[in-house]
Amino acid sequence: MNKKASIVWNGIFKENPSLRLVLGTCPTLAVTTLAVNGLGMGLAATFVLICSGAVISALRNIIPSKVRLPAYITIIAAFVTLLMMLVKAYLPALNSALGVYLPLIVVNCIILGRAEMFASKNKVLDSALDGLGMGLGFTLTLVLMGSIREILGSGTLFGLNLHIPMDPMTVFITPPGGFFVFGVLMGLAILLENYTGHRMERKQSCEGCPAAGMCQGEEEA
Amino acid sequence: MAAKLAAIFFSMILVNNYVLVKFLGICPFLGVSKQLNSAVGMSVAVTVVMALATAVTWPLQQLLVRFDLTYLQTIAFILVIAVLVQLLELFLKKFIPPLYVALGVYLPLITTNCAVLGVTILNIDEGYSYIESLVCAVGAGLGFLLAMVIFAGVRSRVEAANPPKCMEGLPITLISAAITALSFTGFGGIVENIFGV
Repeated sequence: MNKKASIVWNGIFKENPSLRLVLGTCPTLAVTTLAVNGLGMGLAATFVLICSGAVISALRNIIPSKVRLPAYITIIAAFVTLLMMLVKAYLPALNSALGVYLPLIVVNCIILGRAEMFASKNKVLDSALDGLGMGLGFTLTLVLMGSIREILGSGTLFGLNLHIPMDPMTVFITPPGGFFVFGVLMGLAILLENYTGHRMERKQSCEGCPAAGMCQGEEEA
Repeated sequence: MAAKLAAIFFSMILVNNYVLVKFLGICPFLGVSKQLNSAVGMSVAVTVVMALATAVTWPLQQLLVRFDLTYLQTIAFILVIAVLVQLLELFLKKFIPPLYVALGVYLPLITTNCAVLGVTILNIDEGYSYIESLVCAVGAGLGFLLAMVIFAGVRSRVEAANPPKCMEGLPITLISAAITALSFTGFGGIVENIFGV
C-alpha cells in the first residue's frame, strides 16, 4: 500500500478516533440515536477535519507555538461556522437533529488533537488525507453505533422498518443505552485486539486528550 | 418567576444533567473521576467557568444580534471562553494562591470542555433571560458536580471489581456510567410536577 493510502487507512482502522484513541466521546454518545444522525455528524466532522487540517498544516511555520491553541481554535471555528451555514441552508432536518452538537464540533477533541498531533508536523496534502481518514473512521463508528441503537431501540434502520418480531427496547435510544453500547463496542474492539495481538493502551480522557499536552505547555510558557 | 427559576435550576441538576443526559463534558467525567478530590476540584472549576462564561456571553449575544452578526456566535463564544479561562487563571495565581493550587491544574483543560461552550449556546437557544441563563449555568455546574461525585464513588468500587479481560478499564467504566445514567432517568418529570411549570 502506498504512503498516501496508508495515511487514510490509518485513521479508519489503526487509529480509529472513537474506539482506539477515545477522542470525540461526547458526539459519539449523543447523536447516535439514529443511524442517519451518526452519518450526518460524521460527515460534518470529516469536512471540518479535512479543511482545518489543510489550513493548519499550510500555516504550521507561521503560527508561533505559544499561541497555537487559540490559533487552531479560531481556524476550526471558522470552518464550523461555514459548515453550520451550509447545513442550515441545505439540510435543515439534520440541523435540528444535531442541534447544539453542530457548533460543538469546535471543541471536538478529534479535530484539535489531529491539529496538534498531525497537521502541525506534516505537509498540506498529507494532513488533508489524515483528516479524511480520521473523519471516515469517526463516521464509520458513529454509523455502527447509530445502527445498533436504532435497530434495538426503534426497530428501524435509516428509517426503514425492519419488522423485527419483538418490541423495540426503548432504553437503547436513551442516554444510558448510549453509554452501554459504546462500552460493549469498545470491549469488542479490545477483544479483537487481544486476538490479533495489537493491544492498544487506552488513555482515559484528560490524560489521553491531546489538548491536555497543549494546555500544560501553555501553562509552562 | 421564583418557581420558574427553581424549575430551571433543579431540572439542570436532575433531569437535564449535562453529563448523564446531554452527554456534554464526558472527557473530564471519565478522566478525572478516579479520585473524589480531583473530581470535586474539576467540578467546582467547571461551575465557576460556566457561570462566568454565561455572564459574559449573554450580553455579547445581544451585541451580535444588534449588529446582525449572529453567525459569528461560535467563534466569538469560544474565543471569549478561552480568554476568560486565561484571565481567571492569572487572577487566581496573583490574588488567591490557595485556590489556584486547588483549581489551577483543571482550568486550562476547561477551555476545550464542550460543557462550557454548550451551556452558553444552549442558554441562547432556549431564549432565557439574563437571570435565567445564570441560574441555568450554575445549575448545570452543580449537576456536573453531582454526577462527578456519584461516579467517583461508583468508580472506586469498579476499580476493585474483576471484570472479563476485554472489559477492563474504559469499557467497564462506560457500562457503569450507563447504570448511573439509568438511575437519573428516574427523575424524569419530577421537576415539572413539583413546580408546576
